[in-house]
Amino acid sequence: MGILARGDDSVEILKIKGLKKTYGGKTVINGVDLTISRGEVAVVLGPSGCGKTTLLKCVNGLESHQGGVILFNGQPLGEGGLKWTLARQKIGMVFQSYDLFPHMTVLSNVMLGPLRAQKRAKDEVYAQALELLDRVGLSDRRDDYPRQLSGGQKQRIAIVRALCMNPELMLFDEVTASLDPEMVREVLDVMMGLAKRGMTMLIVTHEMEFAKAAADRIIFMDEGVIAEESEAGDFFKSPRTERAKRFLNTFYFD
Amino acid sequence: MPNSGIDALLSVNNLTRLGQGLAVTLKLSIISIAISLALGLIYGIAMTTKNKLLYGLLKLYLEAFRVIPLLVWLFLLFFGGARAFGADTDGFTASVIVFSMWGTVEMGDIIRGAVQSIPACQRLSAEALGMTKARIYRHVIIPQAVRRFTPAAINLVTRMIKTSSLAVFVGVTEILRVGKQIIEFNMMKNPMASFWIYAFIFVVYFIICYPVSRLSKRLEAKWEY
Ligand SMILES: Nc1ncnc2c1ncn2[C@@H]1O[C@H](COP(=O)(O)OP(=O)(O)OP(=O)(O)O)[C@@H](O)[C@H]1O
Ligand SMILES: [Mg+2]
Repeated sequence: MGILARGDDSVEILKIKGLKKTYGGKTVINGVDLTISRGEVAVVLGPSGCGKTTLLKCVNGLESHQGGVILFNGQPLGEGGLKWTLARQKIGMVFQSYDLFPHMTVLSNVMLGPLRAQKRAKDEVYAQALELLDRVGLSDRRDDYPRQLSGGQKQRIAIVRALCMNPELMLFDEVTASLDPEMVREVLDVMMGLAKRGMTMLIVTHEMEFAKAAADRIIFMDEGVIAEESEAGDFFKSPRTERAKRFLNTFYFD
Repeated sequence: MPNSGIDALLSVNNLTRLGQGLAVTLKLSIISIAISLALGLIYGIAMTTKNKLLYGLLKLYLEAFRVIPLLVWLFLLFFGGARAFGADTDGFTASVIVFSMWGTVEMGDIIRGAVQSIPACQRLSAEALGMTKARIYRHVIIPQAVRRFTPAAINLVTRMIKTSSLAVFVGVTEILRVGKQIIEFNMMKNPMASFWIYAFIFVVYFIICYPVSRLSKRLEAKWEY
């Protein structure tokens, strides 16, 4: 992973225009426009069921969309554009459930994608895998199986597994949501570290303090649309919409 | 020295005949197991269908073998079949057919379970790495399915070898029947023959099935994760 300049607004890495997604007859994403610049950290907030996961899955084609376009480095994704298998090699994704491959060691988990999808040389991938594992403090667990690791450790490995593909954009979907509270921090720290190194990230989270600290921009979704888009500082100080105010209030107690 | 009766076992002639009986047992088992594996793969994958009607039919077929004793199936095909179709079914063929029909559903059920036990998120995480469908199957789905399938399948194989002795009831000269013939022949002069012959057959089954069952335990331990 290269060290990139932070917040260089001139380079659009991801551009979503008029995105629509339906399940059966039900519209779940109803015309989303979103632009992410290289090096930017955008955090998606919103109530349960508003379409955050669906939006992320549409970006790397794990869900098909029924309208609109997704451009990655100016190139359309999916049918007629960049093939999804290639797009996914540049757009990493980490899920809420840390689903490492249970029949493989930590190292094999991390090396699978680079070797089998990207067909890179083994020596080079091995060196990178060790370096990344070291960075999250887990290089000594490289020969362990996932069952021997804690939830927080597994989730850090899952992040490393995605990073080892040298992605240009990382998608995170509530990666700390099913962790025990004392393990949340170690995972968020890894993500903070990535932000500092200039990784472009689109993050769905319910960790408000983390969102405040890490985000350049907050994207607030409600009922399948982007209801508000603000600088992170502004959003938490003075949200512009009623819906965002109501949402933020649910996180505070009187 | 009193006659221990072991000479009923030790005569070259009798040992040869027991060996031939064993060969029939193994032949019957191996053919049935091979057919069950091949058809079980198809049956098992068909069981994962979303078509309710097809699933219902396959499930009914499975339950039919779970609730009706195998011996009844065997008699039905051997005696009933001969009556109904005037066909002169020989015992060996009837046994292969019934054991294979049964083995297919049991093997199929194991395969269905193995495939369905792989959580959907496994495929999703592999897809998110940009792997093609074929590679996902090769590196993620199949290795996990095989690990779940193999111990149970080996267990079934030992059950099928043991169950092949039912063929004795439709006149197949497998090892158990040979044993009975030798015992009956020696009844008068050698009353202890039955002990030695059955002990021998006991040991033979043990020698065949025990290593197989050990192998299954070893694989299970090795693949535990
Ligand atoms: N596979 C599916 N089939 C049908 N409807 C779905 C499917 N997946 C999601 N939905 C619906 O789409 C809507 C958006 O779901 P999504 O998972 O994107 O919400 P979310 O914002 O991620 O919620 P949460 O915060 O609970 O994770 C919900 O109403 C959900 O019920
Ligand atoms: Mg979600």
